[in-house]
Amino acid sequence: MGLTLSEQIISHAAGREVHAGDLVVVPVDCAMGVDSITPSIIDVMRNELGVERVFDPDKIAIIIDHVAPAVNIATANAQAKVRRFAMEQGIRHFYDVGRGVCHQVMIEEGLAGPGQIVIGSDSHSTSYGAVGAFGCGMGATDIALAWATGHTWLKVPETICIRARGNFSAGVTAKDLTLWVEQALGADGATYRAVEYHGVNMLSLASRQTLACMTTELGAKAGIIPPSGEVAERFQVPEWLKVDPGARYERVVEVDLNSLVPLVAVSPRVDDVRPAAELGDIRVDQVFIGTCTNGRLEDLRIAARILRGRRVAPGVRMLVVPASSQVLMDAMADGTLAVLLEAGATIGTPGCGPCIGRHMGVLGDGEVAISTANRNFRGRMGSPNAEIYLGSPATAAASAVTGRITDPREFL
Amino acid sequence: MARVWLFGEDVDTDQIVPGRYAPYMTSEEELPRHAFIEARPEFAREVRPGDIIVAGANFGCGSSREYAPKALKLCGIGAIIAPSFARIFFRNALNLGIPLFEADLTGVLRDGQEVTLDMERYVVVTDAGQEYPLKPPPDFVREIWEAGSTVAYFRRYGRLPGQRTGEQGGE
Repeated sequence: MGLTLSEQIISHAAGREVHAGDLVVVPVDCAMGVDSITPSIIDVMRNELGVERVFDPDKIAIIIDHVAPAVNIATANAQAKVRRFAMEQGIRHFYDVGRGVCHQVMIEEGLAGPGQIVIGSDSHSTSYGAVGAFGCGMGATDIALAWATGHTWLKVPETICIRARGNFSAGVTAKDLTLWVEQALGADGATYRAVEYHGVNMLSLASRQTLACMTTELGAKAGIIPPSGEVAERFQVPEWLKVDPGARYERVVEVDLNSLVPLVAVSPRVDDVRPAAELGDIRVDQVFIGTCTNGRLEDLRIAARILRGRRVAPGVRMLVVPASSQVLMDAMADGTLAVLLEAGATIGTPGCGPCIGRHMGVLGDGEVAISTANRNFRGRMGSPNAEIYLGSPATAAASAVTGRITDPREFL
Repeated sequence: MARVWLFGEDVDTDQIVPGRYAPYMTSEEELPRHAFIEARPEFAREVRPGDIIVAGANFGCGSSREYAPKALKLCGIGAIIAPSFARIFFRNALNLGIPLFEADLTGVLRDGQEVTLDMERYVVVTDAGQEYPLKPPPDFVREIWEAGSTVAYFRRYGRLPGQRTGEQGGE
């Protein structure tokens, strides 16, 4: 019987062949905590489990990204507690304010790799599927148990296969594919399931991160892209990890990439998806390019391509938050940042930025934003009366120029 | 008797506790007061221990924030009944020992209705005597509920749930 990528990875970790539906306890290769949840993880581990030391400080990562830098005294105190803990426990993989969004940092630092099981206290930990890992988001108790024991429990998921053919036309990107899949499957279309993307060998690591990240918005437990291309060159791929022609998928969804157009998710549902060109006249107050979904160099570059020689429309503020300090340096080195700044954008500290509505660009009553992030829930970025539209960096940049949600192909 | 709090589909974690009201941004002490603070402002004031939430599909979608189900637990919510739950919410609520049942009762129970949740027979009994059966939980879930939480389970048995194989259900 053939195995899905999730079944292969979990079988390897469990030391025996397992199949969808099996309940297993497996060792984790890395367990990641972010600033907003780590104080609770520490409390559960020390005060509730009564465990003083983490199982292996080298298999733990802590990243300060959700409110970075601190926005008030409560967050500053909580971050101080996290720093102290990392120091006391000898956690080398501790990344402070400005290093970047956790999922980007994990991949840049090589803390997630093909065939590994990596769990994180942030829901978008599915992102590690971009490098062929089983990445899975969990809450404070599960991460605390992993920090204490080195293990976690999993029910082996069924898998939905997205089978792509063809390639994107100009102005259409991986984000548009994820929005198409949102519409096809719905916001709970992959709940408890893993998603595999096949037929995307031509995509860069950055685009794969977009695909894997957004599987969380389908309810998925993991979203895995078989390692190939740039990923196979940069990471060691275990021999046993490969698409198995005999694997059993719960469902296969076919998509012709050539037929895709720039898409936008309409407030407040990530699966209410429409072509950017057909939205009508939607005025925007804020444009945000960044996050674990779309804050990488290729995202900033396509925005710069559209903004070169143009200006952000009057009355619109454009916030760009690079996903990591590495992205920021690369965008500075190749001139991308200068183009964005000349066009009237401003640059924020690498991290989650305004995605979660806590700082660096909170929306007011009645305001409208287009964002390259992953969620447009009511109240997500601030006022519950604000509206959030989700699109690609190209669509966001084009919308910044016109002040209205705009199909980027007009500018390419 | 327990009061029914009726919600629609896709209740996300930003509705349960908006990120701006996280304990990280405020304090642990304030958490129960922030349950549904924008989506349903009267909830935190009026909820009583043992009340149940009856909702549509995909309850708890969105963030991994365990403080969302924790706020509901601190409010005394006795169970949540929905046709389906988002997976991280399911896990977090299970870890905290909040009983979740997969069933669609949104069409038959009213908001504010008084009901009894019988955890021996796994049935909801309405004030009119009408009974709605619930699916009994798999063994490992029941064991966590009995222990009170996954932490309590771990302390009692010295192992994680699922250490024995072949069990069904859950996440």
